[in-house]
Amino acid sequence: MIWNTSIECMDRESMRKLQGERLRNVVEHVYHNCAPYRERMQQAGVKPSDIQSIDDIVKLPFSSKQDLRDYYPWGLLSVPQSEIVKIHASSGTTGKPIVMAYTRNDVANWAEAGTRCLAAYGLGKDDVIQVSYGYGLFTGGLGAHDASMNLGATTIPMSAGNTEKQLLMMRDLGATGLACTPSYALYLAEALEKSGIPRNEIKLKVGIFGAEPWTEEMRKEIEYRLGIKAYDIYGLTEISGPGVGFECECQNGTHLNEDLFFPEIVDPKTGEVLPEGTEGELVFTTLSKEGMPMIRFRTHDLTHLIYEKCSCGRTLVRMGRILGRTDDMLIIRGVNVFPSQVEAVLCTLEEVEPHFFITVDRVNNTDTFDIEVEVKEKYYSDVMSEMELLRKKIAHAIHSVVGIQPNIKPVAPNTIERSQGKAKRVNDKRKFK
Amino acid sequence: MVVKQLSVYLENKPNTLNKMLQVLTEHGINMTAFCVADSVDYGIVRFCVGRPELAYSILRENGYTVRLTDVVCIEVPHESGGLHKAIRIISESDINIDYMYAFADGGSAKVVIRCNSTERLIEIAQANHLELVKI
Repeated sequence: MIWNTSIECMDRESMRKLQGERLRNVVEHVYHNCAPYRERMQQAGVKPSDIQSIDDIVKLPFSSKQDLRDYYPWGLLSVPQSEIVKIHASSGTTGKPIVMAYTRNDVANWAEAGTRCLAAYGLGKDDVIQVSYGYGLFTGGLGAHDASMNLGATTIPMSAGNTEKQLLMMRDLGATGLACTPSYALYLAEALEKSGIPRNEIKLKVGIFGAEPWTEEMRKEIEYRLGIKAYDIYGLTEISGPGVGFECECQNGTHLNEDLFFPEIVDPKTGEVLPEGTEGELVFTTLSKEGMPMIRFRTHDLTHLIYEKCSCGRTLVRMGRILGRTDDMLIIRGVNVFPSQVEAVLCTLEEVEPHFFITVDRVNNTDTFDIEVEVKEKYYSDVMSEMELLRKKIAHAIHSVVGIQPNIKPVAPNTIERSQGKAKRVNDKRKFK
Repeated sequence: MVVKQLSVYLENKPNTLNKMLQVLTEHGINMTAFCVADSVDYGIVRFCVGRPELAYSILRENGYTVRLTDVVCIEVPHESGGLHKAIRIISESDINIDYMYAFADGGSAKVVIRCNSTERLIEIAQANHLELVKI
């Protein structure tokens, strides 16, 4: 079902007109209410009056994750703090998280975007949606929650973990939709098989899966094992969270809610906008956000855009599969991880050298996160329990910054390969392409 | 009578122990006591040799992370209660044993002990007529 036909099926010309109007408003808004944006526009020699249509967006300077760090926490706020009704955050590189602030309208617009996704998956007010994304600072749980409530579905705020209770609620409350990461869905599928609960006692029909990359093979496996239809939901904290984009029943690309989040594809090196259909770096501008609008935010995701009308009837632009990143960010168990975060933590620990090697894999449908760390000779103990304490200490320090628990493998000094120039510090064995 | 034991850190994967032993073999080093402690990712190989300082420098030159650790070797009667008697004496003096390993040879058995106070262990052993040996 199409939740908002007038927007989702709007002809291209009207959409560009709407985007142009909204862009004018948001640029006017940040120029007058947010000093860093104003200064940057002044440096680039752009005034709000230079922005007349959506085509003028190319005149505006880019923004990045780094800006959110530099102006942490309130520097990019474009309304008085009293207008902010909630906060979300994702991990940063130096221990400081990236903070996003939402006004009441921002929350409502985000819920609208998420509701369009759920409706496209065939869900409605008669459905019971179990939200098994983590609740908290992570946008997944509360984002899916608000969308589900806005749709009018019966919403179960399960959060992640406690598998037995997940299955119990799923069965007893007759959940028809499951929102979680694809790897958690597979984990639940296994747990369900082991539990002995007959499949016909479970009413599940649709999966709302996102927050981490997954493959077509993984989709097939989830669909087969859970006996459901699995859809991708796309989002990123900086732009709001899950609901930036979604797959329709055709599953031929990810429709972007472009009336709210305007996408561009640029050359990652020059920043030039690339011709339609070309692969490049995805850039988003939030057209309706009030609290912390992002203007031309560089996602570092590599993909292309498809403007043809979709067979589902929607005209909303579609994004192709994300083919990689322009930086070294990893998404592990749904959490954004930069090798530089690991490096920063290791530099604070006396016992180790700042040389490390990360190996990421997917074993039994769960991401593994191994880090080889060179422990200084004098900190080696030949008592196993002391070595285990040291491993725990390192793991804890990294966990507190990155947000997920690594498995630390102590290695001898000078065993990790030193490379000339750009160090190869990661081996991602997972296959997404 | 302190014994210098070598502790070498090895990754827990095939062939690492073989390679290390190869180095010792090439230098004609013979081991008199040997034990492997393992975790999921790495192992600690502990052993005693006739000339620990030499073995230590050879292993270091070959890139191994190795430590010399003070341990004590006690000989106990190779019979029921032999080990128990020694451990009871040590326990009663509040010494904490970090790890130990044993080997028996003919009529006698030897235990290598690493504890929180090697000096005190030696004192206690001598006072209680436990037989300290070099290995």
